[in-house]
Amino acid sequence: MSLFYLWYGRFKGGILAIPGRVIALCFFICLFSVPLFTQDPYWLRILTLTTVFALFAASWDVLSGFTGQLNLGHALFFGVAAYTAALLNTHLAMPPWFTIPCGAFTAVVVGLIAGLPALRLRGFYLGLVTLTFPLILAGLLFVFPEFTGGELGISGINKLSSSRVGSYYIVTVVFTISIFIMWKFTDAKSKVFRTGVVLHAIREDEITARVSGISTTRYKLLAFGMSGFFAGIAGGLYVHFLRIAAPSTLDLFFSFQAILWTIFGGVCTIYGPVVGVFILVPLTEMMACTEWGGQLRFIVIALLLILTLLFMPEGITVWVLDKLEVKCPRCKVVNVFTRKKCRACRAVLRIEEE
Amino acid sequence: MLMDILINGLVAGGVYSVLAVGFSLIFGVAKLLNMAHTAFYMITAFLILYATTVLSIPLPLALLGSIIITTIIGIISYKLLLDRIKQHETAVMIISVALAMLCQEILLLIFGGHYRGVPPFVGGFMDIFGSRVSYQHLFAIVTSALILAGLWLLLSKTRLGNAIRAVSQDRVAANLMGINVGRIFMVVMAISVSLAGLAGAVVAPIYLVSPHMWQQPLTIVLAAVVLGGLGSIGGCVAGALILGYTESIVTFLVPGGAFLSGAVSLSIMVLVLLIRPEGLFGVVFEEERL
Repeated sequence: MSLFYLWYGRFKGGILAIPGRVIALCFFICLFSVPLFTQDPYWLRILTLTTVFALFAASWDVLSGFTGQLNLGHALFFGVAAYTAALLNTHLAMPPWFTIPCGAFTAVVVGLIAGLPALRLRGFYLGLVTLTFPLILAGLLFVFPEFTGGELGISGINKLSSSRVGSYYIVTVVFTISIFIMWKFTDAKSKVFRTGVVLHAIREDEITARVSGISTTRYKLLAFGMSGFFAGIAGGLYVHFLRIAAPSTLDLFFSFQAILWTIFGGVCTIYGPVVGVFILVPLTEMMACTEWGGQLRFIVIALLLILTLLFMPEGITVWVLDKLEVKCPRCKVVNVFTRKKCRACRAVLRIEEE
Repeated sequence: MLMDILINGLVAGGVYSVLAVGFSLIFGVAKLLNMAHTAFYMITAFLILYATTVLSIPLPLALLGSIIITTIIGIISYKLLLDRIKQHETAVMIISVALAMLCQEILLLIFGGHYRGVPPFVGGFMDIFGSRVSYQHLFAIVTSALILAGLWLLLSKTRLGNAIRAVSQDRVAANLMGINVGRIFMVVMAISVSLAGLAGAVVAPIYLVSPHMWQQPLTIVLAAVVLGGLGSIGGCVAGALILGYTESIVTFLVPGGAFLSGAVSLSIMVLVLLIRPEGLFGVVFEEERL
């Protein structure tokens, strides 16, 4: 009984008292209970794709948001994993549970190779070099059409699971676990990993980080590998869900989309890209079904992006959380905006104006 | 064959260098990563297409009008969007990508997705060492060279050029010396967009005009700017010429070269950057060491 109270107390203090975490909890509960309410293939398909893209965008955030290594060619990891999984599946008839990790590990290897220039280049230069890798690879794909399928890509890949709901749950569970790992990995306050603090330090001031005795090279490569791994998992899931690996997974615009979603949601938070994807992707898909949406949807999305960034340049989640949460000036504990006094130290949070 | 490679490389290199110089100018002075740069180039090409084929306005007027309209669009988008969120560099980049996407979709809506051609400004061709070179190509080469020379004169010989270079070197000091930094940013944006417009006017009759024509030059321009070294106008031109020639050599000599030309140009850029991280003509600043 006392154990129950202990856990309940932790739950209440750690999650229920912080608005952002309550929202996150509700979000995951909703995500897992969707198939209980609707089994409409159209909705399940949209949600599965959205989840895959959310994982992809979040992995960009680990590398570029937290570590500050601007990667403009994130589609490289996604595309490499997608093609590896597709080739293993069609040529060697490997099952999805084997091809997806294989694809992810290939993406890690590629991520480390791509990370090598990162040791020498910074900022815009690094962004430009990483931008080119997927384009070079896409050029090579077109030159060897009999092996890679060329313009049409590779089709006839096994399904993730025999039922739609099964695929949905596989994708959501993998997504939830990956997001949790990424969140812990980049959390600066984490008591288990010290990577979060180190990555923040590298972004803020690399020279100071080195002077403090941190091997920035090693941590940058670690960030490249981590980011590549999760983007690779997203790529593998995508390929086994849509059952086609097309050159569009290496497209320039696909790389930009990861950045677009992340900046829209809020950079340097793991939840930001997830929120961005879960707003923008279903919206685009829903507009595609309306009469006018077929032609106008990208105009609407572009206008939405421009207006959002104009008024909330740090992203939508940062803006919303800023309204919902108040940090206590004395003990730095996060409080709901409705409280007048801090829940931990009773300090007055804001002075009432007469 | 040799002559074809030479002329095509020079055309591509000239156009890329005009675009790259404009891109590098606004990045060097205002630190704005304007991904919509080649979208302005596309807008001019479409305006010329519309003016000459639909409205049948006389050519010189159509050219001038299109470039002026593009510049006005550029200044408006700078004032309304980019200027307000200058501090957030990635947000600027994403807004300009969204802007380019908006241009692409609006043009798709109006003109449809198929490829179109603009009738040549100057007809006819001449024989140089046994290969046919159309006057239109020569016109493009000469115009690009004149534009670059004009820009060089503007930047190095005039008061405005001095002010622009001062702002790009040290914004705060320039402000203290009585230069209106905000106005210089706007002037540079106008110059940069009109350069993109000029490039669009030059290529409109040579390349095919379509709402997706901004994507391919964008990567090459970014590569050229980095290859030459950021902030160096001469470097941009050199980088653009190298990439333009690579593209034409690969397209003409290698089987399946049309697919590979982009990949080869980009690989050259990666190799150069690995050997010389600051680009061919870039300057290493003290705080960028490490």
